[in-house]
Amino acid sequence: MINKLVFANLRHRPVRTALSVLAIGVEVTMMLTLVGLSEGMLEDSSRRARGVGADVLVRAPGTSLIGMSSASMNEKLIGFFAKQPHVRAVTGTVVYPIGGVNTITGIDLDEFNRISGGFRYIEGGPFRRPDDMIVDEYYARQNNIQLGSTVKLLDRNWHICGIAEPGKLARLVIPRRTLQELTSTTGKLSSIFLKLDNPAKTNQVVAGLKRLLPDYPIYSMEELTSLYSVNNVPGLRAFIGVIVGLSIVVGFLVVFLSMYTAVLERTREIGILKSLGASPAYILNMIFRETVLLAVVGTIFGILLTYGSRWAIETLVPASLIQKIVPGWWPIAGAISVFGALLGAMYPAWKAARQDAIEALAYE
Amino acid sequence: MSNDIVIRVHGLRKIYRVGDVDVQALRGADLVVSRGEFLAIVGPSGSGKSTLFHILGGLTPPTSGSVFIHGKDLLAMSEADRTELRKTEVGFVFQKYNLLPTLSAEDNIAIARDIAGKGAVEDQKFREMLELLGISRRLHHKPRALSGGEQQRVAIARAIVNGPSILLADEPTGNLDTENSKVVLGLLRDLNERLGQTILMITHNPEAAAYADRIVQMRDGRVVADTPGGSD
Repeated sequence: MINKLVFANLRHRPVRTALSVLAIGVEVTMMLTLVGLSEGMLEDSSRRARGVGADVLVRAPGTSLIGMSSASMNEKLIGFFAKQPHVRAVTGTVVYPIGGVNTITGIDLDEFNRISGGFRYIEGGPFRRPDDMIVDEYYARQNNIQLGSTVKLLDRNWHICGIAEPGKLARLVIPRRTLQELTSTTGKLSSIFLKLDNPAKTNQVVAGLKRLLPDYPIYSMEELTSLYSVNNVPGLRAFIGVIVGLSIVVGFLVVFLSMYTAVLERTREIGILKSLGASPAYILNMIFRETVLLAVVGTIFGILLTYGSRWAIETLVPASLIQKIVPGWWPIAGAISVFGALLGAMYPAWKAARQDAIEALAYE
Repeated sequence: MSNDIVIRVHGLRKIYRVGDVDVQALRGADLVVSRGEFLAIVGPSGSGKSTLFHILGGLTPPTSGSVFIHGKDLLAMSEADRTELRKTEVGFVFQKYNLLPTLSAEDNIAIARDIAGKGAVEDQKFREMLELLGISRRLHHKPRALSGGEQQRVAIARAIVNGPSILLADEPTGNLDTENSKVVLGLLRDLNERLGQTILMITHNPEAAAYADRIVQMRDGRVVADTPGGSD
């Protein structure tokens, strides 16, 4: 019966109910979208790194796997690695930030093709000129780029010579030599990829290289995949924590306002319930059930909204942002929204439970 | 005979604090009510009728004096005890019906059962009572779709659904026209005669008071007259 009363109360004020659900939904979407973006973009980076087809990745000393680092490794290391046992092919890349989370990558196409088997072109083909640029399908779609069109980046115009399938190394690729000249890093590299003659010997090769170059971060691709996680991105976990905290505050305020006005509005009804013998626990139970229902419906709505935000991101900025749907976070987001909502309902519920029955019955 | 006494009030006082002023609502009221009696309590505004009801119904504690309901001392009762009293021993009928607007008539009755920790009512006696009250065909309507007379009959059904020993009706016909007033008063009379329901009814209307067995007159927080009613 109490559930019937809770549903009836929520139906009685549809606009307030809808606004509360919407606000809780936005709070949940905020959390899930942030987590989905973090995981989606890390997963995309990992997928593109694995898409190179290499078995080992070498980074410059003092750099982290995630995050942009300047090109600081000597290009001559390519020759050094090529002479190591079991190394079949080597390629070096230069990565340079171009704003936001976007980067441009310089490659030696012949080296790169030996390791990766080359790009799969949707349109066009490889570099023919120093100012040629290959972009992936997502970047082309997001920026409305056609084959043969000109793109201005790093204060110069680039000719789009190829549009490739996504998933290999980077979204924007130009000749390595050109990028090195433009960024004053001639002879320097950001990363070096190694292809082995026998992938089963990867760990053995990595161990051997670490002995030879103890200051260099050297990863097998398996290790690299596991390192692409939220925990390894400096500050990301703290940032998610801040968003979760803000979500709790939003949930608290929304439900506080909603339930506070509901309790004021229902003063007389609470008096009626008390005259019928309703205990403070009964009143608290009623208000907390209403709150939990709002939070649960809001959470479901928020989960549905994340599909909407993913669609919007995929449609509008497929190259810049990748959002993953993270079902593992649904119960966490639900628990956070219920917690925030219950926190917000506490004072109104207490006020209702303590209400004087005679005064409440006299309330107009 | 003493076993038949359901309410015994002696020297009852109630002082309210309004701002910085103490208001003496009851100044030593005395009253004894036996099982199955139908009492009308009359008196001018401010005579203490409603305060007496609120104390008997456990909505507020007395300041001093003694109030026993079925031998239980209200002065010694905690808030939780008085809540229990409202659940089991007392049913209220108000002038303004006080139905929950979001629930149907049936659910307004059912919520009283729920609060008392009882399940849905399916027994024959309850069905007969609904027939008696004339609301069995209006149970699925919300209060706003019912007339004043129908709402008050639903409120009576809600008040007696848990079988309270005392029904407190505070101006039950105050918002009704003459015809509906007669219907409601007739129903209260029927409930008293057929089911032996003890009823205390506050009224300003002498015609309504005439339905009772006894008419208790209050003035200045005291009972000043206790005379037989017109029902015999």
